Order: sequence, then structure tokens, then C-alpha cells
Amino acid sequence: MKTLNYFWHFVIGSVAVVSRGTRAYYAWIALLVVVILIGVNAYVNQASMGLITANMRDPLSWGFYIGNFAFLVGVAAAAVVLVVPAYVYNWGPLRDVVLIAELLSVAAIVMCILFVTVDVGRPEFLWHLAPGVGTPNFPYSMLVWDILVLNAYFLINYFIVTYLLFMAFTGQKYNPSFIMPVIFLSIPLAVGIHSVTAMLFMGLKARAFWHTAILAPRFLSSAFCSGPALLLLIFQVLRRVGKIEISNQALFKIGELIAYAMAINIFFLGVEVFTEFYGETAHSVHARFQWFGIHGSSDIAIWTWLALACNSLAFICFMVPSLRYRLPVLSTACLLAISGVYIEKGMGLLLPGMTPGVLGEVYHYKPSLNEVMVSVGVWGIGALLFTLMVKVAMEITVGRMRYERS
Amino acid sequence: MSDPNKRDEREVRGASRREFLKVAATGAAAAMGAPGAAQAFDFESFLQKNFRQMSDEEIDEVVDRLSRKYSKKYGKEVTVNAVGPLDDVVYGYGLDISRCIGCRRCVYACVDENNQSRDPQIHWIRVLEFEREAAIRGIDLEDGNPYYDHETVPAEDKFYMPVSCMHCEDSPCTNVCPTGATWSEPDGIVVIDYDWCIGCRYCMAACPYGARKFNWGEPNVPAEEINPDMHLLGNRPRSRGVVEKCSFCIQRVRKGRYPACLEACPVGARKFGNLLDPDSEIRYLLKHKRTFVLKSELGTNPKFFYFYG
Repeated sequence: MKTLNYFWHFVIGSVAVVSRGTRAYYAWIALLVVVILIGVNAYVNQASMGLITANMRDPLSWGFYIGNFAFLVGVAAAAVVLVVPAYVYNWGPLRDVVLIAELLSVAAIVMCILFVTVDVGRPEFLWHLAPGVGTPNFPYSMLVWDILVLNAYFLINYFIVTYLLFMAFTGQKYNPSFIMPVIFLSIPLAVGIHSVTAMLFMGLKARAFWHTAILAPRFLSSAFCSGPALLLLIFQVLRRVGKIEISNQALFKIGELIAYAMAINIFFLGVEVFTEFYGETAHSVHARFQWFGIHGSSDIAIWTWLALACNSLAFICFMVPSLRYRLPVLSTACLLAISGVYIEKGMGLLLPGMTPGVLGEVYHYKPSLNEVMVSVGVWGIGALLFTLMVKVAMEITVGRMRYERS
Repeated sequence: MSDPNKRDEREVRGASRREFLKVAATGAAAAMGAPGAAQAFDFESFLQKNFRQMSDEEIDEVVDRLSRKYSKKYGKEVTVNAVGPLDDVVYGYGLDISRCIGCRRCVYACVDENNQSRDPQIHWIRVLEFEREAAIRGIDLEDGNPYYDHETVPAEDKFYMPVSCMHCEDSPCTNVCPTGATWSEPDGIVVIDYDWCIGCRYCMAACPYGARKFNWGEPNVPAEEINPDMHLLGNRPRSRGVVEKCSFCIQRVRKGRYPACLEACPVGARKFGNLLDPDSEIRYLLKHKRTFVLKSELGTNPKFFYFYG
């Protein structure tokens, strides 16, 4: 009964918090709502005409939606880069901000689920996947595993943040021996979600580009670059608009961690390229398409080189201390890293994987306007969710939102 | 003056959007119990179970319902059945690439027999044209051209290889399907429960042979061209948003007939039979002809054997 009372006040309090803000806040929310409406409109168009409104076709049956999905699973997993120093090593500066990273995970997973939902041909039948009423193909289908671990990770992260915030809201002390094991569980689960997502692709022997052991390690290394980089940018925005304290020390440490992740990422890229081109076989045609184009189709080559340039430049900025400790340089490096990984893991994963197709066909794919609008709408929903959650979290963390008996 | 074609497209889009919103609205209304609104939303078909979960009675109900539905839709007597596999039968297919002339009669016979969508166009069989000279080191599928368009075939110095579902013994597609909508039947046919498929297209990513096709748009078959003799797991009309593929003409072979593609072939390039019967044609050619399968290194164990006659 008391808990219900607390919960009710929590909800009321949250609604009050998110409906008040600066002019910039209102403008941001308005922008997101517009973006979401554009996405919803585009999705209604897709739902009424079918996936034919997308540019995917039989030779290239997965495209922009699944590319975004792969990228966002990485962002969700990357919270672990902050969770480990914060909780395992109890490092103060990151301890203060790790909650925001966990909130980003939650928002990212929601976007992942939405991207899969907009990609399937008959979303009204997604219940076919539910155990009991449906017939999930467990343990053979990696998609079922992915759904399981993604939901588990979502629930765990959501539970952690809700518990910690709720306890702070009601002025109670959280119980470390209760919540710490749950937090520790989220660490291997983070590695798990991204490995399982990689296994989705890796297990397909029909697709030589994906059928490689290095896909899972690469997914993780690129995720640990893009996710924390995104957080680094978000922290700086929050510092300014939310008037919360986030130390530069925390930012520089994250930058340092990204440097290590990027080094590994580039190393993995190097060994991939070596294997494909030194011992070139017919299977290397996909890598050839990726870097140089084939049969007069160079759809993606320029983007691949661009991604390499972005990642390399970002790496240098993160690695060299005199560059890393300059916030404008650090922020630019973050943008470069995010762009580089987004290209690599989005279109740079999907297009070469399916070009040429299994019977040698080259299908020129560029997402249709409708696909892009739906995708932008999904990002809008994620951003809105994240904004609202962070606003509430910040108010509670600084003590401005507390349970008060009315 | 707006382009009339574009106008039609907009009208169609507008119409389908209105229809979608209408269905969504009636669905919502039905959910709220509005009288008479439930007609637009078919609860029975929405809640239909996976084929493999259903009892014989339930399957009978489904095929009855679909027979009535399609008879009404296409204005002719349609029967949907769910005939089970014959005992001691595992089907195999043979294709003589020394005979194939690339006429594509098999492709079109398949379209007619299996009620494939005319627009958007779906073909379960894809015929690849290769240059004889380019293939001296073996067939490279990348060199295959499915879009050849000659006045007469076979074109000079070319040979032809039709590709469709291989009905693999170790099919990667059935492994990856998240809902278990596709599986291998006891008679070796890899089937799809078209009412269960959610359209995730994971099977299409997994298939090494490009056998599976997706209904990106609303499929349509003109009523006068509909083949009314249907099997639930075979040539019944599919809906938008599901994957489909060759079913070895399950509606024919389980009644002892040949697949439509074999009957259509004017040069006798296609062979079909029971792999478990030592006296069958397919066993004969496996024994006496030089056979190969596509992408054998992948270990899918296709039951579709190419050979030189």
C-alpha cells in the first residue's frame, strides 16, 4: 500500500518534471514530436502498402532497418564500458554518471525492438514468437536467442535504474547486496547481447562476408567506440542544459577507454582486410565490393573509405593525450567515431553481406525515402524516451524531485 | 496537368491507406465490442495456430474455411486440402543441363500452377544463362545471367541452369526461422506455413540458393488464372509480407503426379521421383549419370541434382 502510494507520487512527480523546462527543452521536445509524427506517417504508408515502400527486394532482403538495429544493439551494449569502472572498480567520477549510460541502454533497446518491428512483413503476428502461445524455434534460431537476451538486458537495466531512482526518490537507502549482483549480471549480458546479435549474421553459411569468427569481436569493439562516444557528447549537453555536475575527469577517462576500443577495432579491420585480399578467393568478392566496388557498382566503396578515415582520425584524437584533453577535439573525435561505426556497422555490414547475392546478382540498394522517414521516426522515439527518462533521473539525482506527503 | 499514371498510383496508395485505416479502425472497434464491426477483422484466421500444432480436425477446419474464402474471392470452386506425406517416400529432383534450352516454360508453368503473384512479379524458378567458354573452370554463379532476353533459345554458345528450392536435407532456412513456420516434411519437402510466417526474412538471408521470394507488396493473381486445386502448404494464395518458395508441387506429387515444371519442359530436362525407390528414375540417374549439386561445400545436402545427360 505504501509502495503504491510512493509509485503514484513517482508517476505524478515524473509527469510534473517532464512538463516543465527551459525554452530549449520545449523546442527539443517539439522537434522530436515532429520527427516522430513524420515516422508514424511513413510507417502507416508502409503498413498499408507493404514493405514494397522500402527499396529492399529479394536479392537484398535486409537493409537500412537491420543496419540501424545492429548499430543500436552496439550502443545498448556499450553501457558496460562505464558500468565496469563505476561499479566494479568503484571509480567516483564515473559512478555519478553511469545511470545515464544505463538509461541510454534502455532507450537503445527500445529502438532495436522498434526497428525489428518495422522490418517484419507481418508485425501483427509477432506473438508467434512468444513461448506458450507461439512456437519459438528454440534453441536453433539465433533470432529467438537474440530476442531473449535483448529482453533480459532491457529488463535488468530498466530494473536497476528504476530501483536506484525510486529509492532515491523515496529517501530510502538502496540495498547494495540486493542491487549489486543484478548490476554485475548486466556486464556479461551486455557482451552477450552483442555477441548473440553478431551470431545472427555469423551463423549464415550462405553469406561468406558474415560467415567469419571475427564478426562478434568486431561488433563488440565497434560498439565500445560508438556507444561511449555518444555518451560523451550527451554528457556535455546535459552538463550545460541540466546544470548537473559531470567532471572532466570522467569525460577524459571515457575518451581513453574509447582509444583502446578503437585500437582493437582498427586492428580487427586490418586482419579482416588482410585475410580477404592476401588469400583472395571467390568469397572475397564481398570485400572487393565493399572497398572498390564490382561490376561497375561502387555503391558503398566511398563510404567504406570515409568510415576508415573517420575511425583513424578519431583514434589519433583519443590516443594522443594533448588532443584528448581538449574538449572540442574530443567532441569532434566522438562525432567521427560515431559516424565511422554507424557506416561500418549499418550499411557497411548489410550491403557487402548481400552484394553480390547468393546467385551472383548485384542489386543496387539505397534506402527509400519512406524507409529513412520510418527510421528517423524510430530514432525520434528513442531520443524522446531518453530525454524524458534523463530529465526525471537528473531531478531525482540532484535531490530536486523527492517524495513528499501531500 | 498531373501525370495520369502518377495519379493512379496516388489513388491506389490513398485507397490502400484508407483501407488500412478502415481495417485498423474496425479492428479497434471490434476490440471494443462495437456490433457489426467485427466482420472486417477475421479473428479465426488471426488466432490460427502453427500447422504443426494443429490436430487433424483443426486442419480440416482451416482448409474448409480457406476453401470457402478463396471460392468467394475468386468466383470459382476452390478446394484447399492438406494431404499428408505418402509413406516411404522422399522426393528427389534431377535436372539435365545438357538438355535445358532456357525456354523458361517451367518458370511460367510454375507460376500458373502455384498461383504466384503477377504484379509484383514472383518467379519460384530462376534460369541462369552461362557462357560456355567462361565456364571451362567450373560454373561461377556470379557469371550467371537470369535476365537474358533472346528471340530464340538456346542462344549460341550458352548453356542454362534453372535454380529453385533444393529441398535440402540439412536446410539452413528451417534452422533459422524464429517462429518455426518452415520445416522439412517426412517426404523431404521443405514447406512453409504461410499463415504462421511473420515475414522477418531470416530464411532468405540463410538460403544459399536464393530460392525464397518475399511478398513485398500485395500479391495478386487474376481470378480467371487461379489454379483452384490447392494445398495448404503449397499453392494456396499467399498474403502480403510472407516468404514463399517452390514446394515440389506438393499438391500434385502427394497425389502421385509430377511437378508442373517437369510436365512443361519440352526437352525432357527434368526428372523427379522417390529417392527411396531403387527402381525410380531419380535413382537411375544418380547411379548412371554424372551428377552434382550446387554449393556442395556448404553441406546443405540438396535433393536437387544437376547432371549431364
